[in-house]
Amino acid sequence: MSATLFDKVWDAHVVQKITAGPDVLFIDRHFIHEVTSPVAFLGVKNRRNTVLFPDKTFATADHNTPTINQHLPVADPLSANQLKALEENASEWGISHWGLGHKRNGIVHVVGPENGITLPGATIVCGDSHTSTHGAFGAIAFGIGTSEVEMVLSTQCIMQPKPKKMRIQIDGSLGFGVGPKDVALFIISQLTTSGATGYFVEYAGSVFRDMSMEGRMTVCNLSIEMGARGGMIAPDQKTFAYLKGRTHTPKGADWDRAMAYWQELYTDEDAVFDKELTFDAADIEPMITYGTNPGMGVGVSSTVPCAADVEGDVDTYLKSLTYMKFHEGEPMIGKKVDYVFLGSCTNGRIEDFRAFASVVKGRKKKEEITAWLVPGSHLVEAQIKKEGLFDIITEAGFELREPGCSACLAMNDDKVPAGKLAVSTSNRNFEGRQGPGSRTLLASPLVAAATAVTGVVTDPRTLLTSDK
Amino acid sequence: MAYDKFEILKSTAVPLPIENVDTDQIIPARFLKATERKGFGDNLFRDWRYHPDNSPKKDFVLNNPVYRGKILVGGKNFGSGSSREHAAWSVYDYGFRCVVSSFFADIFRNNCLNVGVLPVQVSPSFLTEIFKAIEADPATVLEVDLPSQTISLPATGLVESFEINAYKKQNMLNGFDDIDYLTKLTDEIRSFAQKRPF
Ligand code: SF4
Repeated sequence: MSATLFDKVWDAHVVQKITAGPDVLFIDRHFIHEVTSPVAFLGVKNRRNTVLFPDKTFATADHNTPTINQHLPVADPLSANQLKALEENASEWGISHWGLGHKRNGIVHVVGPENGITLPGATIVCGDSHTSTHGAFGAIAFGIGTSEVEMVLSTQCIMQPKPKKMRIQIDGSLGFGVGPKDVALFIISQLTTSGATGYFVEYAGSVFRDMSMEGRMTVCNLSIEMGARGGMIAPDQKTFAYLKGRTHTPKGADWDRAMAYWQELYTDEDAVFDKELTFDAADIEPMITYGTNPGMGVGVSSTVPCAADVEGDVDTYLKSLTYMKFHEGEPMIGKKVDYVFLGSCTNGRIEDFRAFASVVKGRKKKEEITAWLVPGSHLVEAQIKKEGLFDIITEAGFELREPGCSACLAMNDDKVPAGKLAVSTSNRNFEGRQGPGSRTLLASPLVAAATAVTGVVTDPRTLLTSDK
Repeated sequence: MAYDKFEILKSTAVPLPIENVDTDQIIPARFLKATERKGFGDNLFRDWRYHPDNSPKKDFVLNNPVYRGKILVGGKNFGSGSSREHAAWSVYDYGFRCVVSSFFADIFRNNCLNVGVLPVQVSPSFLTEIFKAIEADPATVLEVDLPSQTISLPATGLVESFEINAYKKQNMLNGFDDIDYLTKLTDEIRSFAQKRPF
């Protein structure tokens, strides 16, 4: 019988089907971090359970870590306490732990793939909704709550009803200055933040085939922002080439065996989806958000939509504009910006720093802009230095910080002050997400870079020459 | 963490007629630093509920003594955003046992079911009726009947049934959770694990 990529991977992990209930799903890889795991470990202890397969769980510290002076003790006692809990729990149960300062430390969804822990055909969970990132490799990956973290620790399984399946097909080629982040923000603006709720998405078509692994991760990362449980892309030669030889990928005969399985991972031609959507690559331009959820996005050269033209509740819409201090019909270009954030598990990989550097090269950071450039991991940081990008960005007046989630959720000191406007390459523009009262515009690394050197929202295409 | 059994809940309700309420509003990230599950109710809707100096915002519904009860009624797409279970904990710790909306974000719904909060999805028109009834009389009582899977406004006789899968229903009725179920499967899980290719 023909099956989708999603069916193939899901069905291979069902330990038990409960009638009129969820499936018991086996989890191959489990990532944990300091914020959503301590209570789960308490639960394991309180119920007198054990960690069933400690070698299938991987711990990294990222959510509340400082991005400067990581060699010093963490000043915030509550954050320090969570970091300590992670370290102690990992050591108590024999779980691999990449703490602050470890050379493989970084944001969980960046370090998983770059160390080859993320594999095609695997089931991957983590107590963070952007776990969907790992779907770029043809894995079923999604975010879970703390109760489920406890479930995976004690039983390596979770219980989930099988989601419905959606395919989003985009063919054609992307225009100049248009990248993976724009593709994702475009899709979300078309679907709204709840348009894919209840679905697991497969991205198909030449746009995704042509994308680098980094780009695919950016797209899959943002699947959750349209409500989807996750998103995935069928693995291909690019996927296998990326993975080969990484620290945790299978080696020798194990690699061959894995390859035999991975090559079966595609959607059969006549497989059926519950919903299919098609877009045209030519319709996508560099995107930016103007409101307080990721679905409120437009092409950067557009204006803030009028309430009459948008779906949904008018009061909710206007409340959002009031929070942003924006008005209907205003252009996005030219808005004065205070902060620029390059980083997060959405855009904290090497390709994002390359894009940023391509714009700021030979230019200067606008003095009024506070810029936070935060690599997703130490390996990304090392690569930035190796490729000479570090010199380009420092010459342009920027500083590179140390890895972590940083201003993506502002649990550390990287908070945008109340009322200030930030262009951010992260994934959420909710009220106060980047600090109480902060106002966030989500955009690509190119838009962020163009804004950082001009001080206002800028279309990067005006700064780049197309043969670059 | 086991929770109290849920059977029939009769209570007044707190209305929050806003769409797309995300989990960053339900519990802002800066309150996720605990290593124990304690005190989250105090920070439920923190930034909508309190000024930066911690004085209550008078116009927010949780600060209005007229509205109280064990049921929270929210606008469409309730609980979108981050997977933080802390959002469901805060709802539970504050004293709510049930959230009603015309649409829930997936992970939030799941988290609620795992911590003993019943998410009840109603039709958009029923939701409007509830908001109207509460606006007309804050003492309006809602009745959520889990065994028969219905929600009603006894005053007007309006009833609607809601969906919940049989397994989760059983759990809620008994105060069990998934971990209780899964730990009984350990042997099967171990042998399943041996068959995985990596
Ligand atoms: S960067 Fe943001 S979204 Fe990504 S793991 Fe960290 S907090 Fe979550």
